[in-house]
Amino acid sequence: MKKLTALTLACTLAASLALTGCTIERVDGTSTGGSSTDNGGSTDNGGSTGNTQTDGKRVLNVCNWGEYIDVDLIQEFQEKTGIQVNYQTAESNESLYSLLKTGGANYDVICPSDYMISQLIEEDMIQKLNYDNIPNYEKIGDQFKGLAFDPNNEYTVPSTWGTLGIISNKTMVDGEITSWSSLYDDANKGNVLLINNSRDAFGNALIYLGYSVNTTNEDEIRKAYDLIADANKRGIFQGKVMDEVFNKMEQGNAAIATYYAGDYLTMYEVNPDLAYVLPEEGANWFVDAWCILKNAQHVSEAEEWINFLASTESSLANMDYIWYASPNTEALEKYPEYYKETYGEDLDMDLYNIMAPSAEVLKKCENYVVLPEETRNLYNDLWIQLGL
Amino acid sequence: MKKKTNLGNRLLIGIVFFFLYAPILLLIFFSFNDANSSVIWQGFSLRWYTKLFQNQLIIQSVYNTLLVSALATIIATIVGTFSAIGLYSMRRKFRNPLMTVNSIPMMNADIVTGVAMCLFFVAVLGGWNYLAVNYRFTVNLFGAVYRITFPQLSLGFGTLLIAHITFNIPYVILSVSPKLRQMDKNLVDAAQDLGCTWVQAFFKVILPEIMPGIVSGPLIPFTISVDDFVISYFTAGSATSTLAMQIYSMTKKGVTPEINAVSTILFVVVLVLLIIVNVREIRAEKAAAKRVY
Amino acid sequence: MKNKRSLLAIPYVGWMALFVVAPIVMVVIYAFTTADFSVTGENFTRMGTFTVIFTRSFKLAIIATLVCLLIGYPLSYAMAREGKGFQRVAMLLIMLPMWVNFLLRTYSMMSIMENNGLINQFFAAIGLFDLINGIFGTDIQYFKMIGTQGAVVVGMVYNYLPFMVLPIYSTLIKMDNTLLEAARDLGADSAAVFRKVILPLSLPGILSGVTMVFVPSVSTFAISRLLGGGIQMLLGDLIEQQFLGGAYNPHLGSAIALVMMVIVVACMWVMNRFGEGEEQAVML
Repeated sequence: MKKLTALTLACTLAASLALTGCTIERVDGTSTGGSSTDNGGSTDNGGSTGNTQTDGKRVLNVCNWGEYIDVDLIQEFQEKTGIQVNYQTAESNESLYSLLKTGGANYDVICPSDYMISQLIEEDMIQKLNYDNIPNYEKIGDQFKGLAFDPNNEYTVPSTWGTLGIISNKTMVDGEITSWSSLYDDANKGNVLLINNSRDAFGNALIYLGYSVNTTNEDEIRKAYDLIADANKRGIFQGKVMDEVFNKMEQGNAAIATYYAGDYLTMYEVNPDLAYVLPEEGANWFVDAWCILKNAQHVSEAEEWINFLASTESSLANMDYIWYASPNTEALEKYPEYYKETYGEDLDMDLYNIMAPSAEVLKKCENYVVLPEETRNLYNDLWIQLGL
Repeated sequence: MKKKTNLGNRLLIGIVFFFLYAPILLLIFFSFNDANSSVIWQGFSLRWYTKLFQNQLIIQSVYNTLLVSALATIIATIVGTFSAIGLYSMRRKFRNPLMTVNSIPMMNADIVTGVAMCLFFVAVLGGWNYLAVNYRFTVNLFGAVYRITFPQLSLGFGTLLIAHITFNIPYVILSVSPKLRQMDKNLVDAAQDLGCTWVQAFFKVILPEIMPGIVSGPLIPFTISVDDFVISYFTAGSATSTLAMQIYSMTKKGVTPEINAVSTILFVVVLVLLIIVNVREIRAEKAAAKRVY
Repeated sequence: MKNKRSLLAIPYVGWMALFVVAPIVMVVIYAFTTADFSVTGENFTRMGTFTVIFTRSFKLAIIATLVCLLIGYPLSYAMAREGKGFQRVAMLLIMLPMWVNFLLRTYSMMSIMENNGLINQFFAAIGLFDLINGIFGTDIQYFKMIGTQGAVVVGMVYNYLPFMVLPIYSTLIKMDNTLLEAARDLGADSAAVFRKVILPLSLPGILSGVTMVFVPSVSTFAISRLLGGGIQMLLGDLIEQQFLGGAYNPHLGSAIALVMMVIVVACMWVMNRFGEGEEQAVML
């Protein structure tokens, strides 16, 4: 039996060596400087061998949110640079974090939100950027620089921003919605969609109860939990959704949901009965920013990608497609004009203000900051309990 | 069994097939919809089919899916056939525990297999990458010194393929084993007594005997490979997406009719292939029947 | 070893050891450790919290399996009694849906069962809701289906019914006609023939079908997510959440997976004792 085991091991080893495609370089003095590469079984789409440029093809692994980019931009970037983009999406900051932690993914560039960026910096998972290679960083408005998650502007290039508010179907709710209380109200029983990530779901409840979204006070968080759990028990929630919200709201299958301003505008295009409101108690505003992961293997490609998307043209195209506001000052100003040129009609300024609220409105909104690990664990535990 | 058709049977079959096919027909129907919706019909259009071929993400994922399924099925069929012969020649004492292990990938929940493989691959590749970064070998070959650098690896097409092969092999073994058991054990011995070598005996006696099992074997693993989502989801890593993974991310934000279009194409292609194969088989059977008389 | 031919199985044995056994060992290791890999049993003591999900998963999976059996057996029986040509077509039609990805099929189910979906629209069009509201004085515009446990069961039955039909059907068509005739000749009525001959002979197919429906049902996460609206959480959702979802903790996730696996294996073992002697599952 011993022989068999040895044979099997040898076979596996040989196979793995043949498949991995190791690089052989000549390192003694007589070398002409050229390196010969042996890329045996490496697959051309960056497959199992995620190594840099074994076959001269440039690759970039991107992870973004769903419905968060104009797909034509990916195409344009690929044609312009010859870099092949492997594009995947994550559902929420928490699941992106799981994806990175599990080790199953080797993304180069990701687009997390503010509080998650802090956490990633804290855990040394993203690297400092070389802004010399990202000249378009200049075009980003100052109000998006030096925020709490990246106070010294070392790690991030902001990509989008917006608010989290209440979306409702005017034909399905009575009266106007002004408060977060409508999420937990018996009047909307079975027609409310709870947002499917712990930070936002608890955040909404905390604002309603008058606490800070960044509280670390266990009692306050537990009260928020009780509020949601109680509503859940009473059957207020139709479901827990992230991007599923599009279909449900567009087709009038639910009356109330909490989601991001940009996505509201996408839904509004399909179903004009929908309304968006930032409740009187205040709300949350967020910034999503591009980051390069510490162990990224395609850093220069990632820089090109970030720079490409930060340009005014890309920002305009993207804003037009996903309806999230860009932090590019020029693009933000030009957008109404761009809209008129593209569609031949004026942009409804109400919509523009929902997409890019004024500084005054933002003052009423709170930004998430990273929570200490203890509080994060509490969030996780309570979140699991909520699913029971 | 006694062959007797009656209306009740047909009705039952009809109802169940309606249940199975209604959602599929619906999505085929909406692939021709002019609007971006799978609820509201706005007139016939082929625009989603045109759009489909411009969508690199979907085309690439279809390519990945078909490639991984085909490779996994071919490799699994070869390995599975040999293994079945090996297992069949073993003593029961060895064979029975191995057959139990064999049934693990089939009987285990997909999510457990997926999660287990994910943990395993991450650990192995992590170890490999550690070695690759910290150890470099230099080899002196014909007077020149070469440095061998092992690349850093991550989950991707390779791990996806391994996972698919692993859950495909048991199905192949299951379809080949019965044929082996039906085979007359003395045939091989006879062949060898008559001077056949080991290899000749294999190709001339065993292989033709079990061919039906080998031929019918791959269909099910291939189908399961194409349909698989859970295991791929955990083993494909960040650079490779299969169609199922693409669809999963879309089921959240709303499936675009492009996906309906690509599924319609796949469905029709398979339908046509199966019809051709079956018509041929029927003809062959009829021809065989004629020869008898 | 009997002879040299058994050596052919060696690559396979190595492969299975590496890619089937080793990964499961990894799950066990994770289940018994904490984030810094010190040994602990804590992951299991927390399991009590999840009793609700365990119960719900097993309950729904058992219902789905029973429904599949109740539909699948008569269906296979009916198919087996048809002519050869009909059988061929029917088999094709059973396999064919698998070529449309199950997520997409489930998604299609979802759009049928939504509050504003096809079924409810159909009922509204034929005036069913008006009728009900007229009689009972209620005010309903739709039947709520998405987000209920019923919807999840329908999704399971829809997706896994072919896995019940295939093995049962293949045992039924292999059945020797002369046996049935013999039974009849010996005076058994058709009920007795079914109970004493057909049913016992098709038992291996039933067991195999039950396994193939029950296991994926108990561990699914896509179906409960799409049709259960995310509030009817099942074991699969719970495990997925710990690995790639919103509450990262692979150690707890492994522990849950392990417990689920043990329960499933125990169920299968008990069940297979009824089908004693059958060496393996019948699939083809």
